[in-house]
Amino acid sequence: MADKVLMKGNEAIGEAAIHAGCQCFFGYPITPQTEVAAYMSRRMPKVGRVFLQAESEVAAINMVYGAAGAGVRVMTSSSSPGISLKAEGISYIAGAELPCVIINIVRGGPGLGGIQPAQSDYFQATKGGGHGDYRLVVFAPASVQEMVDLVQDAFDVADKYRNPVMVMGDGMLGQMMEPVEFKERPKKELPEKTWAANGLKGREKHNVINSLFLKPEELEAHNNKLQEKYREIEKNEVRYELYNCDEEMDLVIVSYGTLSRICKNAIKMLKKEGINVGLIRPITLWPYPVEAFDKVIDKTKNGFISVEMSCGQMLEDVQLAVNGRKPVHFYGRSGGMVPTPAEIANKIKGIVGGAK
Amino acid sequence: MYEAAHGRAPAVATGIKRAVPDSVVFTYQGDGDLAAIGTAEIVHAAARGERITTIFVNNAIYGMTGGQMAPTTLPGQVTETSPYGRDVKTAGYPIRVSEMISTLDGAVYVERVSVDSVPNIIKAKKAIKKAFEIQLQGLGFSLVEVLSICPTNWGLSPNESVKWLRDNMIPYYPLGVKKDATTGEVK
Ligand SMILES: Cc1ncc(C[n+]2csc(CCOP(=O)(O)OP(=O)(O)O)c2C)c(N)n1
Repeated sequence: MADKVLMKGNEAIGEAAIHAGCQCFFGYPITPQTEVAAYMSRRMPKVGRVFLQAESEVAAINMVYGAAGAGVRVMTSSSSPGISLKAEGISYIAGAELPCVIINIVRGGPGLGGIQPAQSDYFQATKGGGHGDYRLVVFAPASVQEMVDLVQDAFDVADKYRNPVMVMGDGMLGQMMEPVEFKERPKKELPEKTWAANGLKGREKHNVINSLFLKPEELEAHNNKLQEKYREIEKNEVRYELYNCDEEMDLVIVSYGTLSRICKNAIKMLKKEGINVGLIRPITLWPYPVEAFDKVIDKTKNGFISVEMSCGQMLEDVQLAVNGRKPVHFYGRSGGMVPTPAEIANKIKGIVGGAK
Repeated sequence: MYEAAHGRAPAVATGIKRAVPDSVVFTYQGDGDLAAIGTAEIVHAAARGERITTIFVNNAIYGMTGGQMAPTTLPGQVTETSPYGRDVKTAGYPIRVSEMISTLDGAVYVERVSVDSVPNIIKAKKAIKKAFEIQLQGLGFSLVEVLSICPTNWGLSPNESVKWLRDNMIPYYPLGVKKDATTGEVK
């Protein structure tokens, strides 16, 4: 077993990527994720790999496109306004079916917003962001350890499906320190990158990295192929945690990331008052864990509450998953305001009606 | 006052000036802002001869985000993202913005100044005044590059920073008028 080390979330991201065999990192400074780039600038040259600070996020994501197309493991990292700039490149990468890992350490928006933790990029991450019919796999870790594990998984999932994977955390997760362990990981069977544009390597024909299909029939066929792949991902890659969901519940919280840990504290507080609340914690935001709702729907008296650090972005996915079968409530703070356990507990008491 | 997205001030200023031509419009930009992410916007605003003024603060580092390498960071200079010193083999060379902008026909007045001493501050004030006069006369684009210090992120005291600027920045970024189309002067 590997030793535990105390690491800041952002630095753990960098080390996890190095462990996963990330060959190239292209970044650009932005609070609250700059430590990822700073860490990579120190470590990547030491392990004989590439660190480059790009002139912008637009350039950084296109450097990712170049390296991913050449068949190497590559990562970039940013925070909300920077991810908006990367959106064009992400769409091209998804269209050209290239694997890469994109980190978003979310800060409050819209516009320049603030630098405090937020979850307000949920729509951007899960519903597009860039143009066209594409999907990102989106992982939402809740601890630095989970961040380390998911960053490494992200490289595997990206390679397996030839698709960009985003790992999304908030500024809290990026900035806090927790003990982490870089576990021995079994080697994954992954398809060979025979599509990479990295020289002929004995092949007869050049590999072409492209997302342009001018004939509508061809573009539709390409889109259908992408959709098939996304259905496959929905089948295989859904991840979630159920917490305190075994018995009859007064209400079920749906919450992800660091906020889900605050919700767990609210659940413990409520338990002392005789109110039993469960938690669905989506770990993949796309594909969304719809099946988790089916597992608990008959056990919750008052339905569900989406608790977010955004203004009801995940709420829509909760409503779709519940599909009218039970009531769906909402509690959200935004702009970098982090709810306290007591605040969440009070909101829940308002719904389920005091002590039972 | 507008707050523009990182690097985009010359485009925002263009929009303002074109919409309200008799307003006086200037951008205030750092070196990361103007010479990295915003290179396209500044080059094209100058090339179009936009009747705006740019005050370009060059402190050889990204200040606001806590001291990362900028396009103007000097060779060998240690920053948070060039921890072993800027290695020109992998991170390339600093950009001399004033010289680059001077090559564009739409740029009417370009000067580099420094704020390391009282005489230089007085010169900087004169340059900025001239740049705004060019705008008021509707002659075209003007830019003043101001070499300045960043004690916090350079990890030096203010006095040491002034010395560092003199010893390191001024030799790499020579002061003076780079272009004055009103007199035909191009350096
Ligand atoms: C799209 C985008 N990327 C990154 C940032 C983060 N950011 C804020 S200011 C800044 C640059 C600061 O350096 P500089 O322009 O040299 O100005 P200084 O702070 O040194 O005066 C950066 C990268 C941002 N706000 N928006």
